[in-house]
Amino acid sequence: MSKVLVVTSGKGGVGKTTTTAALGAALAQRGDKVVVVDFDVGLRNLDLVMGAERRVVFDLINVVQGVAKLPQALIRDKRLENLWLLPASQTRDKDALTEEGVRNVIADLRSRFDWVICDSPAGIERGASMAMRFADTAVIVTNPEVSSVRDSDRIIGMLDSKTVRAEKGERVEKHILITRYDASRASRGEMLTIDDILEILATPLLGIIPESQDVLKASNVGTPVTLSNADGKPARAYIDAAKRLCGESVRMTVPSEKKGFMDRLLRRRAA
Amino acid sequence: MEAAARPQRQLVRLRGRSYVAFVFVPTVPIVDWLQEIDATIARSPGFFAGRPVVVDLSSVDLSQSGITHLLASLQERNIRVLGIEGVEEARLTPNMPPRLTGGRACVVEPSAPKKADPKQPTSLLLETPVRSGQTVIFPDGDVTILGSVGSGAEVVAGGSIHVYGALRGRAMAGVNGHSTARIYCQKIEAELLAIDGFYQTADDIDAALRGKPAQAWLQGKTMRITALN
Repeated sequence: MSKVLVVTSGKGGVGKTTTTAALGAALAQRGDKVVVVDFDVGLRNLDLVMGAERRVVFDLINVVQGVAKLPQALIRDKRLENLWLLPASQTRDKDALTEEGVRNVIADLRSRFDWVICDSPAGIERGASMAMRFADTAVIVTNPEVSSVRDSDRIIGMLDSKTVRAEKGERVEKHILITRYDASRASRGEMLTIDDILEILATPLLGIIPESQDVLKASNVGTPVTLSNADGKPARAYIDAAKRLCGESVRMTVPSEKKGFMDRLLRRRAA
Repeated sequence: MEAAARPQRQLVRLRGRSYVAFVFVPTVPIVDWLQEIDATIARSPGFFAGRPVVVDLSSVDLSQSGITHLLASLQERNIRVLGIEGVEEARLTPNMPPRLTGGRACVVEPSAPKKADPKQPTSLLLETPVRSGQTVIFPDGDVTILGSVGSGAEVVAGGSIHVYGALRGRAMAGVNGHSTARIYCQKIEAELLAIDGFYQTADDIDAALRGKPAQAWLQGKTMRITALN
Protein backbone atom coordinates (compact mmCIF):
# COMPACT_ATOMS: atom_id res chain seq x y z
CA MET A 1 0.00 0.00 0.00
CA SER A 2 1.92 2.98 -1.18
CA LYS A 3 0.90 6.50 -0.27
CA VAL A 4 1.46 9.76 -2.07
CA LEU A 5 1.99 12.56 0.42
CA VAL A 6 2.28 16.21 -0.48
CA VAL A 7 4.02 18.67 1.81
CA THR A 8 2.52 22.03 1.05
CA SER A 9 1.76 25.42 2.64
CA GLY A 10 0.95 28.19 0.21
CA LYS A 11 3.38 30.56 1.87
CA GLY A 12 7.12 30.34 1.28
CA GLY A 13 9.79 29.90 3.90
CA VAL A 14 7.66 28.05 6.42
CA GLY A 15 9.67 24.83 6.27
CA LYS A 16 8.19 22.63 3.55
CA THR A 17 11.53 21.40 2.27
CA THR A 18 12.94 20.84 5.75
CA THR A 19 9.77 18.93 6.63
CA THR A 20 9.90 16.84 3.46
CA ALA A 21 13.49 15.80 4.20
CA ALA A 22 12.88 15.21 7.90
CA LEU A 23 9.69 13.18 7.43
CA GLY A 24 11.23 11.27 4.52
CA ALA A 25 14.23 10.28 6.64
CA ALA A 26 12.07 9.45 9.66
CA LEU A 27 9.80 7.20 7.60
CA ALA A 28 12.79 5.55 5.93
CA GLN A 29 14.34 4.88 9.34
CA ARG A 30 11.20 2.97 10.25
CA GLY A 31 12.00 0.63 7.37
CA ASP A 32 9.63 1.98 4.71
CA LYS A 33 10.91 2.58 1.20
CA VAL A 34 10.64 6.32 0.65
CA VAL A 35 11.21 8.72 -2.23
CA VAL A 36 11.19 12.49 -1.80
CA VAL A 37 10.26 14.38 -4.96
CA ASP A 38 11.17 18.04 -5.48
CA PHE A 39 8.39 19.85 -7.36
CA ASP A 40 10.00 23.25 -6.99
CA VAL A 41 11.12 23.34 -10.62
CA GLY A 42 13.42 26.28 -11.23
CA LEU A 43 14.18 26.88 -7.55
CA ARG A 44 15.21 23.48 -6.36
CA ASN A 45 16.36 23.11 -2.79
CA LEU A 46 15.55 19.61 -1.66
CA ASP A 47 18.79 18.25 -3.12
CA LEU A 48 20.75 20.68 -0.91
CA VAL A 49 18.83 19.83 2.24
CA MET A 50 19.32 16.14 1.48
CA GLY A 51 23.02 16.70 0.71
CA ALA A 52 22.73 15.21 -2.76
CA GLU A 53 23.35 18.30 -4.87
CA ARG A 54 26.60 17.01 -6.30
CA ARG A 55 25.07 13.82 -7.60
CA VAL A 56 22.19 15.22 -9.67
CA VAL A 57 22.34 14.05 -13.29
CA PHE A 58 18.74 13.79 -14.46
CA ASP A 59 15.71 15.40 -12.88
CA LEU A 60 11.93 15.32 -12.62
CA ILE A 61 11.42 17.31 -15.83
CA ASN A 62 13.67 14.93 -17.78
CA VAL A 63 11.53 12.03 -16.57
CA VAL A 64 8.22 13.86 -17.16
CA GLN A 65 9.28 14.61 -20.72
CA GLY A 66 10.59 11.10 -21.30
CA VAL A 67 14.21 12.19 -21.84
CA ALA A 68 15.40 9.99 -18.98
CA LYS A 69 14.07 6.86 -17.34
CA LEU A 70 12.97 7.06 -13.73
CA PRO A 71 15.77 4.85 -12.30
CA GLN A 72 18.35 7.11 -13.98
CA ALA A 73 17.02 10.16 -12.16
CA LEU A 74 16.55 8.64 -8.71
CA ILE A 75 19.37 9.35 -6.26
CA ARG A 76 19.86 7.02 -3.34
CA ASP A 77 20.64 8.57 0.01
CA LYS A 78 24.13 7.81 1.32
CA ARG A 79 22.99 7.36 4.92
CA LEU A 80 19.71 5.50 4.56
CA GLU A 81 19.50 2.83 1.92
CA ASN A 82 15.72 2.97 1.53
CA LEU A 83 15.56 6.74 1.08
CA TRP A 84 15.66 8.17 -2.43
CA LEU A 85 15.48 11.60 -4.01
CA LEU A 86 13.97 12.70 -7.31
CA PRO A 87 15.40 16.18 -7.79
CA ALA A 88 13.83 19.12 -9.64
CA SER A 89 15.37 20.91 -12.54
CA GLN A 90 17.01 24.23 -11.79
CA THR A 91 17.11 25.46 -15.38
CA ARG A 92 13.50 24.96 -16.38
CA ASP A 93 10.30 26.45 -15.03
CA LYS A 94 7.04 25.04 -13.74
CA ASP A 95 5.29 25.16 -17.11
CA ALA A 96 7.38 22.14 -18.06
CA LEU A 97 5.25 20.04 -15.70
CA THR A 98 2.45 18.46 -17.71
CA GLU A 99 -0.40 16.72 -15.93
CA GLU A 100 -0.01 13.62 -18.09
CA GLY A 101 3.72 13.44 -17.42
CA VAL A 102 3.34 13.96 -13.67
CA ARG A 103 0.60 11.31 -13.53
CA ASN A 104 2.88 8.76 -15.18
CA VAL A 105 5.83 9.55 -12.94
CA ILE A 106 3.70 9.35 -9.79
CA ALA A 107 2.17 6.05 -10.92
CA ASP A 108 5.64 4.65 -11.58
CA LEU A 109 6.92 5.85 -8.18
CA ARG A 110 3.85 4.39 -6.46
CA SER A 111 4.76 0.95 -7.79
CA ARG A 112 8.31 1.20 -6.44
CA PHE A 113 7.95 2.94 -3.06
CA ASP A 114 5.87 2.82 0.13
CA TRP A 115 5.88 6.60 0.44
CA VAL A 116 6.07 9.16 -2.34
CA ILE A 117 6.61 12.52 -0.64
CA CYS A 118 6.13 15.53 -2.90
CA ASP A 119 7.78 18.76 -1.81
CA SER A 120 5.48 21.47 -3.12
CA PRO A 121 6.75 24.89 -4.17
CA ALA A 122 5.25 27.95 -2.50
CA GLY A 123 2.30 29.61 -4.16
CA ILE A 124 -0.88 28.25 -5.67
CA GLU A 125 0.20 28.08 -9.29
CA ARG A 126 1.09 25.21 -11.56
CA GLY A 127 3.98 23.82 -9.49
CA ALA A 128 1.92 23.65 -6.31
CA SER A 129 -1.19 22.33 -8.02
CA MET A 130 0.80 19.60 -9.81
CA ALA A 131 2.50 18.58 -6.55
CA MET A 132 -0.86 18.07 -4.83
CA ARG A 133 -2.75 16.78 -7.87
CA PHE A 134 -2.29 13.04 -7.22
CA ALA A 135 -1.87 13.12 -3.44
CA ASP A 136 -3.62 10.75 -1.03
CA THR A 137 -2.44 12.60 2.05
CA ALA A 138 -1.34 16.17 2.66
CA VAL A 139 0.80 17.75 5.34
CA ILE A 140 0.10 21.46 5.51
CA VAL A 141 3.06 23.24 7.04
CA THR A 142 2.04 26.34 8.97
CA ASN A 143 3.91 28.89 11.05
CA PRO A 144 2.09 30.45 13.98
CA GLU A 145 1.50 33.66 12.04
CA VAL A 146 -1.66 35.11 10.57
CA SER A 147 -0.33 35.27 7.02
CA SER A 148 0.85 31.69 7.04
CA VAL A 149 -2.40 30.42 8.52
CA ARG A 150 -4.50 32.24 5.95
CA ASP A 151 -2.39 30.82 3.10
CA SER A 152 -2.78 27.36 4.60
CA ASP A 153 -6.53 27.84 4.65
CA ARG A 154 -6.37 28.66 0.94
CA ILE A 155 -4.31 25.55 0.26
CA ILE A 156 -6.76 23.35 2.19
CA GLY A 157 -9.52 24.71 -0.03
CA MET A 158 -7.49 23.68 -3.07
CA LEU A 159 -6.80 20.22 -1.64
CA ASP A 160 -10.57 19.81 -1.25
CA SER A 161 -11.34 20.84 -4.81
CA LYS A 162 -8.42 20.59 -7.22
CA THR A 163 -6.95 17.16 -6.50
CA VAL A 164 -7.81 13.99 -8.38
CA ARG A 165 -9.22 12.52 -5.19
CA ALA A 166 -11.47 15.51 -4.59
CA GLU A 167 -12.71 15.39 -8.18
CA LYS A 168 -13.62 11.72 -7.69
CA GLY A 169 -15.60 12.69 -4.58
CA GLU A 170 -13.04 11.21 -2.20
CA ARG A 171 -11.09 13.08 0.43
CA VAL A 172 -7.44 13.90 0.70
CA GLU A 173 -6.39 13.13 4.26
CA LYS A 174 -5.11 16.42 5.65
CA HIS A 175 -2.79 17.17 8.57
CA ILE A 176 -1.50 20.41 10.00
CA LEU A 177 2.14 20.56 10.99
CA ILE A 178 3.04 23.67 12.95
CA THR A 179 6.68 24.61 12.52
CA ARG A 180 8.92 27.30 14.02
CA TYR A 181 6.86 27.31 17.18
CA ASP A 182 8.55 29.51 19.73
CA ALA A 183 7.34 28.73 23.22
CA SER A 184 8.62 31.93 24.79
CA ARG A 185 7.08 34.17 22.12
CA ALA A 186 3.84 32.22 22.34
CA SER A 187 3.75 32.77 26.07
CA ARG A 188 4.12 36.51 25.53
CA GLY A 189 1.22 36.42 23.11
CA GLU A 190 3.36 37.41 20.12
CA MET A 191 2.28 34.43 18.06
CA LEU A 192 -0.96 32.69 17.31
CA THR A 193 -1.60 29.91 19.77
CA ILE A 194 -2.00 26.29 18.71
CA ASP A 195 -5.69 26.47 19.55
CA ASP A 196 -6.15 29.57 17.40
CA ILE A 197 -4.50 27.89 14.44
CA LEU A 198 -6.50 24.71 14.73
CA GLU A 199 -9.71 26.64 15.22
CA ILE A 200 -9.11 28.63 12.04
CA LEU A 201 -8.01 25.69 9.92
CA ALA A 202 -10.43 23.08 11.35
CA THR A 203 -8.01 20.28 10.44
CA PRO A 204 -6.30 17.72 12.71
CA LEU A 205 -2.83 18.42 14.05
CA LEU A 206 0.08 16.17 13.06
CA GLY A 207 2.76 17.76 15.20
CA ILE A 208 4.42 20.88 16.54
CA ILE A 209 8.03 21.49 15.59
CA PRO A 210 9.78 23.95 17.91
CA GLU A 211 11.92 26.76 16.53
CA SER A 212 15.50 25.56 16.85
CA GLN A 213 19.02 26.18 15.64
CA ASP A 214 19.23 22.45 14.91
CA VAL A 215 17.02 22.92 11.86
CA LEU A 216 19.19 25.64 10.35
CA LYS A 217 22.39 23.70 11.07
CA ALA A 218 20.99 20.54 9.55
CA SER A 219 19.99 22.35 6.35
CA ASN A 220 23.42 23.88 6.03
CA VAL A 221 25.22 20.57 6.27
CA GLY A 222 22.75 18.87 3.95
CA THR A 223 21.32 16.38 6.42
CA PRO A 224 17.66 15.90 7.29
CA VAL A 225 17.22 17.13 10.85
CA THR A 226 15.95 13.72 11.95
CA LEU A 227 19.38 12.28 11.06
CA SER A 228 21.72 15.08 12.12
CA ASN A 229 20.62 15.34 15.73
CA ALA A 230 18.10 12.61 16.32
CA ASP A 231 17.80 13.44 20.02
CA GLY A 232 17.12 17.13 19.51
CA LYS A 233 13.66 18.53 20.11
CA PRO A 234 12.78 19.18 16.45
CA ALA A 235 14.01 15.73 15.39
CA ARG A 236 11.91 14.03 18.04
CA ALA A 237 8.88 16.09 17.05
CA TYR A 238 9.37 15.04 13.41
CA ILE A 239 9.82 11.39 14.36
CA ASP A 240 6.58 11.53 16.36
CA ALA A 241 4.83 13.16 13.41
CA ALA A 242 6.06 10.35 11.15
CA LYS A 243 4.68 7.80 13.60
CA ARG A 244 1.30 9.55 13.56
CA LEU A 245 1.34 9.50 9.76
CA CYS A 246 1.70 5.72 9.98
CA GLY A 247 -1.36 5.57 12.18
CA GLU A 248 0.33 5.20 15.56
CA SER A 249 -1.08 7.27 18.34
CA VAL A 250 1.60 9.31 20.04
CA ARG A 251 0.81 11.84 22.73
CA MET A 252 1.02 15.41 21.47
CA THR A 253 3.32 17.62 23.46
CA VAL A 254 3.28 21.36 23.14
CA PRO A 255 6.86 22.62 23.34
CA SER A 256 7.15 24.80 26.40
CA GLU A 257 9.74 26.76 28.22
CA LYS A 258 10.96 25.29 31.43
CA LYS A 259 9.14 27.35 33.99
CA GLY A 260 8.22 26.97 37.57
CA PHE A 261 4.82 25.99 38.73
CA MET A 262 4.13 29.49 40.05
CA ASP A 263 4.99 31.11 36.73
CA ARG A 264 2.56 28.90 34.93
CA LEU A 265 -0.09 29.57 37.48
CA LEU A 266 0.39 33.30 37.20
CA ARG A 267 0.36 33.20 33.40
CA ARG A 268 -2.97 31.41 33.44
CA ARG A 269 -4.33 34.11 35.65
CA ALA A 270 -3.18 36.84 33.33
CA ALA A 271 -4.74 35.17 30.35
CA MET B 1 -52.50 60.11 -52.04
CA GLU B 2 -53.68 56.61 -52.64
CA ALA B 3 -56.88 55.28 -51.19
CA ALA B 4 -56.62 52.78 -48.39
CA ALA B 5 -54.63 49.86 -49.66
CA ARG B 6 -56.58 46.75 -50.32
CA PRO B 7 -56.03 44.16 -47.64
CA GLN B 8 -53.40 41.80 -48.92
CA ARG B 9 -54.43 38.24 -49.47
CA GLN B 10 -53.15 36.01 -46.69
CA LEU B 11 -50.70 33.41 -47.91
CA VAL B 12 -51.58 29.88 -46.96
CA ARG B 13 -48.87 28.65 -44.69
CA LEU B 14 -48.26 24.96 -44.44
CA ARG B 15 -46.60 23.71 -41.34
CA GLY B 16 -45.54 20.22 -40.41
CA ARG B 17 -46.16 18.88 -36.94
CA SER B 18 -45.98 15.40 -35.48
CA TYR B 19 -48.20 13.86 -32.85
CA VAL B 20 -48.06 10.74 -30.78
CA ALA B 21 -50.97 8.32 -31.17
CA PHE B 22 -51.87 4.96 -29.67
CA VAL B 23 -51.81 2.24 -32.27
CA PHE B 24 -54.40 -0.55 -31.98
CA VAL B 25 -53.52 -3.78 -33.73
CA PRO B 26 -56.79 -5.80 -33.81
CA THR B 27 -56.44 -9.56 -33.99
CA VAL B 28 -58.99 -12.24 -34.88
CA PRO B 29 -61.42 -13.02 -33.49
CA ILE B 30 -62.29 -9.34 -33.29
CA VAL B 31 -64.84 -10.00 -30.54
CA ASP B 32 -62.16 -11.28 -28.15
CA TRP B 33 -59.93 -8.39 -29.02
CA LEU B 34 -62.73 -5.92 -28.25
CA GLN B 35 -63.21 -7.61 -24.87
CA GLU B 36 -59.52 -6.97 -24.18
CA ILE B 37 -60.10 -3.27 -24.93
CA ASP B 38 -63.15 -3.28 -22.63
CA ALA B 39 -61.06 -4.78 -19.84
CA THR B 40 -58.46 -2.02 -20.23
CA ILE B 41 -61.17 0.65 -20.09
CA ALA B 42 -62.66 -1.02 -17.00
CA ARG B 43 -59.28 -0.97 -15.23
CA SER B 44 -58.61 2.66 -15.99
CA PRO B 45 -61.62 4.57 -17.22
CA GLY B 46 -60.70 7.41 -19.47
CA PHE B 47 -57.48 5.68 -20.52
CA PHE B 48 -58.20 6.46 -24.17
CA ALA B 49 -60.20 9.63 -23.60
CA GLY B 50 -58.92 12.45 -25.74
CA ARG B 51 -56.12 10.26 -27.08
CA PRO B 52 -55.67 10.00 -30.81
CA VAL B 53 -55.84 6.38 -31.90
CA VAL B 54 -54.64 4.74 -35.09
CA VAL B 55 -55.89 1.31 -36.11
CA ASP B 56 -53.32 -0.99 -37.71
CA LEU B 57 -55.09 -3.63 -39.79
CA SER B 58 -51.99 -5.42 -41.06
CA SER B 59 -52.54 -8.53 -38.95
CA VAL B 60 -56.18 -9.05 -39.90
CA ASP B 61 -57.91 -9.38 -43.25
CA LEU B 62 -61.15 -7.41 -42.96
CA SER B 63 -63.63 -6.56 -45.69
CA GLN B 64 -64.99 -3.05 -46.08
CA SER B 65 -68.04 -3.92 -43.98
CA GLY B 66 -65.82 -5.58 -41.40
CA ILE B 67 -63.82 -2.35 -41.08
CA THR B 68 -67.01 -0.31 -40.81
CA HIS B 69 -68.23 -2.60 -38.04
CA LEU B 70 -64.90 -2.38 -36.15
CA LEU B 71 -64.89 1.42 -36.34
CA ALA B 72 -68.46 1.55 -35.10
CA SER B 73 -67.55 -0.71 -32.16
CA LEU B 74 -64.71 1.58 -31.21
CA GLN B 75 -66.94 4.62 -31.54
CA GLU B 76 -69.33 3.01 -29.04
CA ARG B 77 -66.48 2.89 -26.57
CA ASN B 78 -65.74 6.58 -27.07
CA ILE B 79 -62.54 5.86 -28.93
CA ARG B 80 -61.97 8.30 -31.76
CA VAL B 81 -59.97 6.85 -34.62
CA LEU B 82 -57.57 9.30 -36.24
CA GLY B 83 -56.40 7.11 -39.10
CA ILE B 84 -56.07 3.62 -40.44
CA GLU B 85 -52.85 1.84 -41.27
CA GLY B 86 -51.85 -1.42 -42.96
CA VAL B 87 -54.70 -1.65 -45.43
CA GLU B 88 -55.06 -0.78 -49.11
CA GLU B 89 -56.93 2.41 -50.02
CA ALA B 90 -59.59 0.46 -51.95
CA ARG B 91 -61.12 -1.05 -48.83
CA LEU B 92 -61.78 2.32 -47.21
CA THR B 93 -64.83 4.46 -47.85
CA PRO B 94 -64.55 8.28 -48.02
CA ASN B 95 -66.25 8.79 -44.64
CA MET B 96 -63.81 6.52 -42.83
CA PRO B 97 -60.72 8.05 -41.22
CA PRO B 98 -57.89 8.53 -43.72
CA ARG B 99 -55.21 5.95 -44.46
CA LEU B 100 -51.88 6.69 -42.81
CA THR B 101 -48.37 5.53 -43.73
CA GLY B 102 -44.82 6.12 -42.51
CA GLY B 103 -45.54 6.00 -38.76
CA ARG B 104 -42.55 5.56 -36.47
CA ALA B 105 -42.62 3.68 -33.20
CA CYS B 106 -42.01 5.68 -30.04
CA VAL B 107 -42.46 5.31 -26.32
CA VAL B 108 -45.82 6.47 -25.06
CA GLU B 109 -45.51 8.18 -21.71
CA PRO B 110 -47.97 7.21 -19.04
CA SER B 111 -50.81 9.65 -19.09
CA ALA B 112 -50.78 10.35 -15.36
CA PRO B 113 -51.00 14.09 -14.98
CA LYS B 114 -47.59 15.41 -14.00
CA LYS B 115 -47.48 16.96 -10.59
CA ALA B 116 -46.23 20.48 -10.62
CA ASP B 117 -42.64 20.61 -9.36
CA PRO B 118 -42.68 21.37 -5.65
CA LYS B 119 -41.14 24.77 -5.16
CA GLN B 120 -37.40 24.54 -4.85
CA PRO B 121 -36.27 25.68 -1.42
CA THR B 122 -34.37 28.88 -1.92
CA SER B 123 -31.54 28.34 0.49
CA LEU B 124 -28.08 26.88 0.35
CA LEU B 125 -26.55 24.86 3.17
CA LEU B 126 -22.80 24.33 3.42
CA GLU B 127 -21.51 21.90 6.00
CA THR B 128 -17.83 22.53 5.43
CA PRO B 129 -15.82 25.66 6.19
CA VAL B 130 -15.45 28.21 3.41
CA ARG B 131 -11.70 28.48 2.95
CA SER B 132 -9.59 31.49 2.10
CA GLY B 133 -9.81 32.24 -1.62
CA GLN B 134 -13.12 30.44 -2.10
CA THR B 135 -16.23 32.30 -3.17
CA VAL B 136 -19.78 31.15 -2.55
CA ILE B 137 -22.37 32.92 -4.70
CA PHE B 138 -26.07 32.16 -4.24
CA PRO B 139 -28.27 34.92 -5.65
CA ASP B 140 -31.51 32.96 -5.13
CA GLY B 141 -31.82 33.07 -1.36
CA ASP B 142 -30.25 32.49 2.02
CA VAL B 143 -26.89 30.85 2.65
CA THR B 144 -26.27 28.88 5.82
CA ILE B 145 -22.73 27.83 6.69
CA LEU B 146 -22.14 25.39 9.51
CA GLY B 147 -18.36 25.91 9.54
CA SER B 148 -16.49 29.16 9.51
CA VAL B 149 -15.70 31.56 6.70
CA GLY B 150 -11.95 32.01 6.43
CA SER B 151 -10.11 35.27 6.08
CA GLY B 152 -10.00 36.03 2.35
CA ALA B 153 -13.12 33.99 1.58
CA GLU B 154 -16.28 35.54 0.20
CA VAL B 155 -19.95 34.67 0.61
CA VAL B 156 -22.50 36.39 -1.60
CA ALA B 157 -26.22 35.76 -1.13
CA GLY B 158 -29.44 37.14 -2.54
CA GLY B 159 -31.01 36.68 0.89
CA SER B 160 -29.55 36.51 4.37
CA ILE B 161 -26.29 34.86 5.45
CA HIS B 162 -26.07 32.65 8.53
CA VAL B 163 -22.65 31.54 9.76
CA TYR B 164 -22.57 29.09 12.64
CA GLY B 165 -18.80 29.48 13.01
CA ALA B 166 -16.46 32.43 12.86
CA LEU B 167 -16.98 34.92 10.05
CA ARG B 168 -13.48 36.10 9.16
CA GLY B 169 -13.94 36.82 5.47
CA ARG B 170 -16.42 38.93 3.54
CA ALA B 171 -20.15 38.48 3.60
CA MET B 172 -22.47 40.25 1.17
CA ALA B 173 -26.17 39.71 1.70
CA GLY B 174 -29.20 40.96 -0.22
CA VAL B 175 -27.19 41.51 -3.38
CA ASN B 176 -30.27 41.77 -5.61
CA GLY B 177 -31.55 44.83 -3.82
CA HIS B 178 -33.01 42.88 -0.93
CA SER B 179 -32.62 45.41 1.85
CA THR B 180 -34.31 43.29 4.52
CA ALA B 181 -31.57 40.63 4.31
CA ARG B 182 -29.38 40.20 7.37
CA ILE B 183 -26.07 38.67 8.27
CA TYR B 184 -25.78 36.51 11.37
CA CYS B 185 -22.64 34.91 12.73
CA GLN B 186 -21.43 33.09 15.82
CA LYS B 187 -18.18 35.02 15.96
CA ILE B 188 -17.68 38.28 14.14
CA GLU B 189 -14.18 38.88 12.80
CA ALA B 190 -15.31 39.89 9.34
CA GLU B 191 -13.21 41.78 6.82
CA LEU B 192 -16.29 43.28 5.23
CA LEU B 193 -20.03 43.09 5.69
CA ALA B 194 -22.44 44.34 3.05
CA ILE B 195 -26.22 44.36 2.70
CA ASP B 196 -27.82 45.58 -0.51
CA GLY B 197 -24.68 47.52 -1.37
CA PHE B 198 -24.23 49.27 1.99
CA TYR B 199 -21.07 48.05 3.62
CA GLN B 200 -18.74 48.30 6.57
CA THR B 201 -15.14 47.14 6.69
CA ALA B 202 -13.36 45.59 9.65
CA ASP B 203 -12.24 49.05 10.74
CA ASP B 204 -15.80 50.31 11.01
CA ILE B 205 -17.02 47.39 13.06
CA ASP B 206 -17.17 48.11 16.78
CA ALA B 207 -14.10 46.53 18.35
CA ALA B 208 -16.15 45.54 21.40
CA LEU B 209 -18.12 43.14 19.21
CA ARG B 210 -15.09 41.30 17.87
CA GLY B 211 -15.25 37.58 18.43
CA LYS B 212 -18.84 37.76 19.68
CA PRO B 213 -22.08 36.51 18.14
CA ALA B 214 -23.52 39.35 16.11
CA GLN B 215 -25.99 40.34 13.44
CA ALA B 216 -25.98 43.03 10.82
CA TRP B 217 -29.02 44.64 9.22
CA LEU B 218 -30.01 47.78 7.39
CA GLN B 219 -31.75 50.62 9.13
CA GLY B 220 -32.71 52.93 6.34
CA LYS B 221 -29.41 53.59 4.67
CA THR B 222 -27.10 52.70 7.50
CA MET B 223 -25.80 49.32 8.45
CA ARG B 224 -26.25 48.41 12.06
CA ILE B 225 -24.23 45.70 13.73
CA THR B 226 -25.25 44.51 17.16
CA ALA B 227 -24.52 41.63 19.45
CA LEU B 228 -26.86 38.70 19.27
CA ASN B 229 -28.59 37.75 22.52
